[in-house]
Amino acid sequence: MLADKDRIFTNVYGFQPWNLESARKRGDWDNTKDLMARGQDQIIEDIKASGLRGRGGAGFPTGMKWSFMPKEPKPGKPSFLLINADESEPGSCKDREIIRHDPHKLIEGALIAGFAMRARAAYIYIRGEFIYEAKVLFAAVEEAYAAGLLGKNAAGSGYDFDVFVHRGAGAYICGEETAQIESLEGKKGQPRLKPPFPAGAGLWGCPTTVNNVESIAVAPTILRRGAAWFSSIGREGNKGTKLFQISGHVNKPCVVEEEMGISFRELIETHCGGIRGGWDNLLAVIPGGSSVPLVPAAQIMDAPMDFDGLKALGSGLGTAAVIVMDKSTDIVRAISRLSYFYKHESCGQCTPCREGTGWMWRVMERLRTGEASIGEIDMLHDVTKQVEGHTICALGDAAAWPIQGLIRHFRPEIERRINERSGDLAVAAE
Amino acid sequence: MADAPQIPDEAEVRARWGSFAWSAENEPQVKKIIARYPPGRQQSAVMPLLDLAQRQVGAETNTQGWLPVPVMEYIGAQLGMAYIRVYEVATFYTMYNLAPVGRYHVQVCGTTPCMLRGSDDVLDACYKKGMKKGATTADGLFTLTEVECLGACANAPMVQINDDNYEDLTFDTTTAILDDLAAGRQPKIGPAIDRQTSCPEGGPTSLKEMAGENHDYRGEWTAA
Repeated sequence: MLADKDRIFTNVYGFQPWNLESARKRGDWDNTKDLMARGQDQIIEDIKASGLRGRGGAGFPTGMKWSFMPKEPKPGKPSFLLINADESEPGSCKDREIIRHDPHKLIEGALIAGFAMRARAAYIYIRGEFIYEAKVLFAAVEEAYAAGLLGKNAAGSGYDFDVFVHRGAGAYICGEETAQIESLEGKKGQPRLKPPFPAGAGLWGCPTTVNNVESIAVAPTILRRGAAWFSSIGREGNKGTKLFQISGHVNKPCVVEEEMGISFRELIETHCGGIRGGWDNLLAVIPGGSSVPLVPAAQIMDAPMDFDGLKALGSGLGTAAVIVMDKSTDIVRAISRLSYFYKHESCGQCTPCREGTGWMWRVMERLRTGEASIGEIDMLHDVTKQVEGHTICALGDAAAWPIQGLIRHFRPEIERRINERSGDLAVAAE
Repeated sequence: MADAPQIPDEAEVRARWGSFAWSAENEPQVKKIIARYPPGRQQSAVMPLLDLAQRQVGAETNTQGWLPVPVMEYIGAQLGMAYIRVYEVATFYTMYNLAPVGRYHVQVCGTTPCMLRGSDDVLDACYKKGMKKGATTADGLFTLTEVECLGACANAPMVQINDDNYEDLTFDTTTAILDDLAAGRQPKIGPAIDRQTSCPEGGPTSLKEMAGENHDYRGEWTAA
């Protein structure tokens, strides 16, 4: 188990106030000026050396992402940091805890990251349904301005930097970086074709880096404690600590910060009071939020929970949103409900996704009730392959993967339903 | 589309909302919102302004609020946007109500993490009170919507009613919350069980000092 002294989000449960005074006592905004005095390139080097990989799902190295920004912004083309707080991936609920209980970690991180990438300002795009969380964030930003930590000569560093909060209004797709940029420009959130990549032409055509809340909020602590501290935790290529969010059929669902690579069993036993009904009752786990394929019980039990450990199981760490399903679960319904989610959230721009998500959901419902023929299983799999990789953004892939995972691991269960139903019909016909 | 939301007749809407203007309370808020974006980029303010307008309509009608067409036209004119661009935004995002809703908008999360923990029971409790998905009760009190993941999965199942989250629900606790609202009482916001936010039920498994004091862990940091 990760030692408490090595946890970054010490107020994750909100036992203590989120305000600036309390946050300072926990170590936030402690001589931020000195951290910035290391210089922009050194900060990026330190983040690279720490091994931090983006916490929003894709796991791209954060320091490298920052280094893609122009070293000398062109006149009239300021650079922007866009912080993605549009947390909408089913299973994910970590950014919510950071924002409502430790907002100053995020705001301090915004200043440091924004400075390192030579940005003029940061926008924090927070999902519209986080109404209370947005209230806290607006208030925390105001506190930071009032204390001279943002604005002109932010935190006494000599660097001018603004942080603005922008609320979304209910659209999963706005978690995709270019859709988020479109949305922030006051349009419907439909992803852009890449290239150009946001670091070249993003928000209002200006260089933009989009980072997840957790990636930004851990940066100040990494700099304070040193890259070597962060990289001493976890496994090669999967460094540091991570907020895990465990939902579903555990005895005590929770959000908890742990070391990357902790085994699934230790995570559940230490923090969640075990699997409901015991380990023999575990059916399957979706280890990284709804977009990653499920993993059957036997394979996940002792697996390391990190990017590479879960990739080896044909799944992924995603946002570390761990959805646990015991043997009482109607597994076909559980995945079909995700198919409905993607159908609902498809932005409608690309035909394979717009038409495919609805089609896949309707066939999933047929498989759920057994009102299908065996051949439809392969037909559905074939359609997921036609959607996957043929859309502008990854929503099409995300809709396809859970179904592929279900067919890969639970084909006998799907066939059983179809056979039982056709058997019933045969009996009824006699 | 018998179940489609019922938007009142256009003449009626124009008569009621044709002279919509920001309230004295919201006027300074509007200026503040527009100032968050660079000059010439005021279109970015369309989302927060639609939200503010919906809230103002809500305050004037004692409901959660909605967006009548003349209100969208008003915002378009203020931001120098064609009306259809505002409409495009209003119809894309789920939080903008395109038809009137009740006093309380009961938004039950039905996505898989909530489903696994019993969102069917939460919906049943709503049905028992006479609610139907996509409709407002005859007394105008409740509008029921099944929504997609609201990002509180470690506290599933949950419902968002207007601005507040109610979490860790059962059939009975949902019923009690709806009874409270109907009687004009404010239910307890957050987890309905004995639990601090997303901390494991029964107390923290980590960071136990924080439960009692604002502990500073820096003294325990060691050089790596």
